[in-house]
Amino acid sequence: MLVNTRAIFFVLPALLLGFASPVLSDDHAGTGAQLFQSCISCHEIGPDARNKVGPPLNGIIGSPAANSEGFRYSRALVARAEAGLVWDEAALDDFMANPSAFIPGTRMSFSGVRKKSDRAALLAFMATLVPETGLGVAHLEPGDPEVTPEILAIEGNVEYGKYLSATCVTCHQASGKSDGIPPIINWPAPAFVTVLHAYRSKARDNQVMQQIAGTLSDEEIAALAAYYESIQP
Amino acid sequence: MKLDRRGFLGTGVAVAAALAAPMVLAGGHGKPRVVVVGGGAGGATAARYIAKDSNGEIDVTLIEPTRTYYTCFFSNLYLGGLRDMSSLGHTYGAMAFQGVNVVHDWAIGVDRDAKVVALAGGGRVPYDKLILSPGIDFREEAVQGWDLSSQNAMPHAYKAGSQTELLKAQVEAIPQGGIFAMVAPPNPFRCPPGPYERVSMVAHYFKNNNPTAKIIIFDPKPAFSKQALFTDGWSRHYSGMIDWINPDFGGKVDEVRPGSMEVVADGEVVKVDACNVIPAMKAGLIAEQAGVTNEAGWAPVDPHTMASRADENIYVLGDSSQQGDMPKSGFSANSQAKVCAMAVRGALTGSSIFPARFANTCWSLIETNDGVKVGASYEATDEKIAKIDGFISQVGEDDATRAATYEESVGWYAGITADMMG
Repeated sequence: MLVNTRAIFFVLPALLLGFASPVLSDDHAGTGAQLFQSCISCHEIGPDARNKVGPPLNGIIGSPAANSEGFRYSRALVARAEAGLVWDEAALDDFMANPSAFIPGTRMSFSGVRKKSDRAALLAFMATLVPETGLGVAHLEPGDPEVTPEILAIEGNVEYGKYLSATCVTCHQASGKSDGIPPIINWPAPAFVTVLHAYRSKARDNQVMQQIAGTLSDEEIAALAAYYESIQP
Repeated sequence: MKLDRRGFLGTGVAVAAALAAPMVLAGGHGKPRVVVVGGGAGGATAARYIAKDSNGEIDVTLIEPTRTYYTCFFSNLYLGGLRDMSSLGHTYGAMAFQGVNVVHDWAIGVDRDAKVVALAGGGRVPYDKLILSPGIDFREEAVQGWDLSSQNAMPHAYKAGSQTELLKAQVEAIPQGGIFAMVAPPNPFRCPPGPYERVSMVAHYFKNNNPTAKIIIFDPKPAFSKQALFTDGWSRHYSGMIDWINPDFGGKVDEVRPGSMEVVADGEVVKVDACNVIPAMKAGLIAEQAGVTNEAGWAPVDPHTMASRADENIYVLGDSSQQGDMPKSGFSANSQAKVCAMAVRGALTGSSIFPARFANTCWSLIETNDGVKVGASYEATDEKIAKIDGFISQVGEDDATRAATYEESVGWYAGITADMMG
């Protein structure tokens, strides 16, 4: 984590494609990550995401429809995919609003996300998901171990996270300013959780971070992630 | 800087007069009042966190004599020429803007029955909870021949500011091939690696400006913080320049003679060109005056809250406190301040109290881009703040790791000062 001899800042295809649609505003990713917790029971994200009830959503934005190998899509969706459907923000926005209206015959049994602002937040979050790993934005490094969906699904207590953050802000400035130590505000919670677990398991090698993360339980990591996700720049 | 405290001490008459003077704060608005004495890593952090997190429900007053606070941490880098004095100075404007009532005055007495702090300027500041974070003062007679009247001839430079500038000027005035001596302090003292980082920075200066100069450390301790890392670094960067003399080989100083610039150790008189005397320490004087210190000179505290063992309405932070396993450092004080702020808010407004947890890391610079660190995390037990687990840099780390450690320390400095001052 230190300064950047090894931190690899992914350039995200998803981000390059993203944000073209007027429904999106890029500061919604944090809220979107929270909303996305309800999607996780059917759609996995992460380095080892597999087909479950629904297909994995790593790098979904900008990808051709119906392209998860081995997933049994509805005929209706396959037909739309063959006709060239790509999951850009506009298409995903329409689909999430009411799946069976956008694709009559879809196997997704979900009534839809009614609020446009919720859909915008979800899209902003999904835009941060790296295609290969499903975990987002510029925070991950090759070799960060996978965190299980169960751990990612732990709901963090924001107030407790705020208290715990008192240890973090001695180095990682609360304002998000950076002078040699990376800012950590407004990270999507899944990325925050993954990185802290990587330090706790010593897959990442900064001694200070190993020490700090080593004292945190899964719940405390979730609390910190929830708190930091809520901090806007 | 804080040395002047002694100038204000003296007379009971002054204290009595102060206690009779009018209140600084207008009373009667019914809000609980927190008074913090000392605007360093402990006190500034505590004042700011209580004001910030209580949303105006608590009146917070910070009493700090200096308008610009110079951090002791990183002041060795100034001695080495790697940092400007101005980069170590921090003011209290942002904190005032965030709701802390900042009073630039000396606290000279605490009336624990009336719950009032007396100020040198004559004011009285009433409190419901008092937080003392006054740093360190020096023990009288700790080094034979040295007292505060000789601090210009033989600076301690262990409270940053004019003393640090004086020591730097004296180091720079040492003739080619001259001798810089340090009289190191006994345990416990502020910033355990501090004297040895200082020697490293003086050596860095000599290497580039006075390569035949020598450094002698007279040490009353048989071992010191990060010793293996420092001695390895000294042999790699400053071979033959630094002589550390431990007590078995005459490191215990019998006497210093500021008039003739001599150090007497093990019966031998050594003539030196500059001498940094870092005397034995005790809690900042206001803690002693408040009656919360013990025979050893430190203020025992409850590890869960940092409340004084002697008075539940007084809390003691940082260097002055006797808390257990944490080293006396700015990082520790900042960490303790947040636990204390939470406990004080909880006591006054009923806000949530979570289990205390503490952390510390001490970074030291041995030579340009050769940074090392030691750190640990801690928990509160009923007996003491107890170390859970720790780490330390290793001898033989590669250059990139050491450079990254230094860069991390620079980031920490920016982070902790922002966290303290807002």
